[in-house]
Amino acid sequence: MAQPDASLETFRSELVDWLEAKCPASLRPGQKSTQEDRDAWQQAYTGKGYTVPTWDRAYGGGGLSKSEAQVLTEEVGRIATWVPAASFFGTSMLGPVLLEFGNEEQKKEHLSKIASCEIQWCQGYSEPGAGSDLASLQTRAVLEGDHYAINGSKIWTTGAQRADWMFCLTRTDPDSPKHDGISFILFDLHQPGVTISPIQLISGASEFCQVFFEDVRAEARNLVGPLNGGWTIAKRLLQHERAMLSGGAGGGRARGKKGPEPAPTSALAEIARSHTGEEDGRLADAAIRERVAQYELDALCFGLTLKRSGEQARGGQGPGPATSMFKMYASEMNKRRAEIIMAARGAAGLGWGAEGFAPVDVLETRGWLRSKGNSIEGGTTEVQLNVIAKRVLGLPD
Amino acid sequence: MSLVLTEEQELIKQSAAEYLKENSPVTHLREMRDSEDSTGFSKKLWKEMAELGWAGIPFAEEVGGAGLGFAELGVLLEECGRTLAPYPFLSTVVLGGGAVALGGSEAQQQAILQGVCKGETFVALAFQETGRFSPWAIDAKAEKAEAGFRLSGEKIFVLDGHVADHLVVAARTSGSAGDREGITLFLVDPATEGCTVTRTIMVDSRNAARVELSGASVAADAVLGEVDRGADILDVIFDRAAAALSAEMVGLTSEVFERTVDYLKTREQFGVRIGSFQGLKHRAAAMFCEVELAQAVVLDALRALDEERPYASRTVSAAKARCSDAASLVTCEGLQMHGGIGMTDEEEIGLFLKRAKAAELTLGDAAYHRDRFARLTGF
Repeated sequence: MAQPDASLETFRSELVDWLEAKCPASLRPGQKSTQEDRDAWQQAYTGKGYTVPTWDRAYGGGGLSKSEAQVLTEEVGRIATWVPAASFFGTSMLGPVLLEFGNEEQKKEHLSKIASCEIQWCQGYSEPGAGSDLASLQTRAVLEGDHYAINGSKIWTTGAQRADWMFCLTRTDPDSPKHDGISFILFDLHQPGVTISPIQLISGASEFCQVFFEDVRAEARNLVGPLNGGWTIAKRLLQHERAMLSGGAGGGRARGKKGPEPAPTSALAEIARSHTGEEDGRLADAAIRERVAQYELDALCFGLTLKRSGEQARGGQGPGPATSMFKMYASEMNKRRAEIIMAARGAAGLGWGAEGFAPVDVLETRGWLRSKGNSIEGGTTEVQLNVIAKRVLGLPD
Repeated sequence: MSLVLTEEQELIKQSAAEYLKENSPVTHLREMRDSEDSTGFSKKLWKEMAELGWAGIPFAEEVGGAGLGFAELGVLLEECGRTLAPYPFLSTVVLGGGAVALGGSEAQQQAILQGVCKGETFVALAFQETGRFSPWAIDAKAEKAEAGFRLSGEKIFVLDGHVADHLVVAARTSGSAGDREGITLFLVDPATEGCTVTRTIMVDSRNAARVELSGASVAADAVLGEVDRGADILDVIFDRAAAALSAEMVGLTSEVFERTVDYLKTREQFGVRIGSFQGLKHRAAAMFCEVELAQAVVLDALRALDEERPYASRTVSAAKARCSDAASLVTCEGLQMHGGIGMTDEEEIGLFLKRAKAAELTLGDAAYHRDRFARLTGF
């Protein structure tokens, strides 16, 4: 282990004092917080730029190094307080690509509003006719003076009903080959011509929307990157998305203070035990036990693979094509976990209405249904395998 | 702890890769097989490897070793896996030598391990009696006799037992087959009256031996460690050996995977390279994931042993299970993707398939280690 660095320890002690001074006692575990305290804390926290600790101060970030950001995570974790969370789509997807491809004016305007939690973003990618074949998208953007007029429709837009702005892939040149006529444009959703319809899923939830555009206005200055050069940005953003969906760009879970290594346990085995019982300390149902063992073993190996990849990537490159493996593996594991829980629960997993079933049972069942989408959203498992075959293995087209 | 190689490990990896490519490529194993070599490997090369410091990697400097760890040995074994080098690292260094290092007296260690580190002495561990690995299913008996013990029983699959100068024999001093307690380890000279060693050639062109003991006499000071407590030593060396063997499997699996991807890029059928078919692409991509996972867990298992982490055994079982499955998948898929040529003796893929199967069934296969992993996770 590296020796603790003196400046880092100074940062830590200043941070501890700051947290003590600014984080109201009512926001600590077991306390009842007031709206006033929450607002004050949000203001203090976002004022420091801590929602996006490693972004530049000029863009509303915290201006911290990676190690300082790690200290922030540890110390906030230690006092176990609630922290204001900026929009996931803003911090993890749009933010990184704006930093890479945006102009100074766009960075100043949009990044700081992501950091302050002022604007919630959503992602306008898939269309009814453009799923895995995303580049065939048809939503048109036509330049009319100082703005683009947008017409068309996006689907599977997560959280559109709560979002303020959309980053959107649009077709700006219908005559070029499909990858070469796409532009990456930002616009406000609170305007006439935008219609948002939630979609009910097999799980009963409606977290996705279809969004329709009829002569919607996007300021020309909100075109990110070159006109018709949006596909490069789109792919970069997908890499960030896949890194997030697989549980991080490969950092592994941060461990706080070193203590004795805890005895290994399995939450999945506990669920299985509660439904199928045990014999001599082993899960009584041998078939379920074998599946739980395979799952936990894969989870361990996968976690180590993420950790290893993070260490290899240290040096600052963004997520590479190997993130396709992580997204695919994580979503397939999640589906498998849900299937094992369904098998262990048997008939208890088949309830839909609340009558005769514990609410948690119905939630689990809905979770199983929801997990089916994991290997479809953010690039299907089949698309991820194509990406690995092409970019990592170099297999011919 | 880090999951990338240290500078020292990178150096071992490079020099091993260069040395083995030059001196023990896959054709070397084939020559040993075809010439029905009585040793199955070259003692001259083994001595050279020992001079490079490889045979002494995990042993203390006091007995002539390098005082390094299993992470370093694993790096080396991964390279051995890539060229199917049939050298007795597992048998003499990890199993036999490991038992002497853990249980031997000062005098026993000096007498035997100096020679092991120099590549002059071979030690084999004779414990297995059942086909499937079952560590405590030991029925061979050690009965008290006037000046020591008398050993009787039959051992199979004694790795490199045909060239051993010393055998470490696990026999019962109390209890019955299946009990963890009551096993004692004995240092036995294979020339002892009542001890018969028969060479058995295995499917992977490596060698093991059957050892028959019919009242072989050993002195009281032939005991390694404590009477009835042999399992304490075996537990440790089985973990080390399973992790080391997993490292070898990662090497052979990576090699077969890379060869297969190359083949997909060159072989043409229906006027195109077969790697353009999605039916093969997806399977190749799935194999890529398995290889990545295997590499990560093996490195962590080896380091867990070196750092004596409290739950290292659990990671070792995860590694052995994962590598056994990955080696089986990749060698079977690799053969299939090579088509008819893969079925020929001339193509090397078959040699990898055979070694993968032997390594998979040595020291517990994937199902054995998944069960152990589950137990060590509390279910």
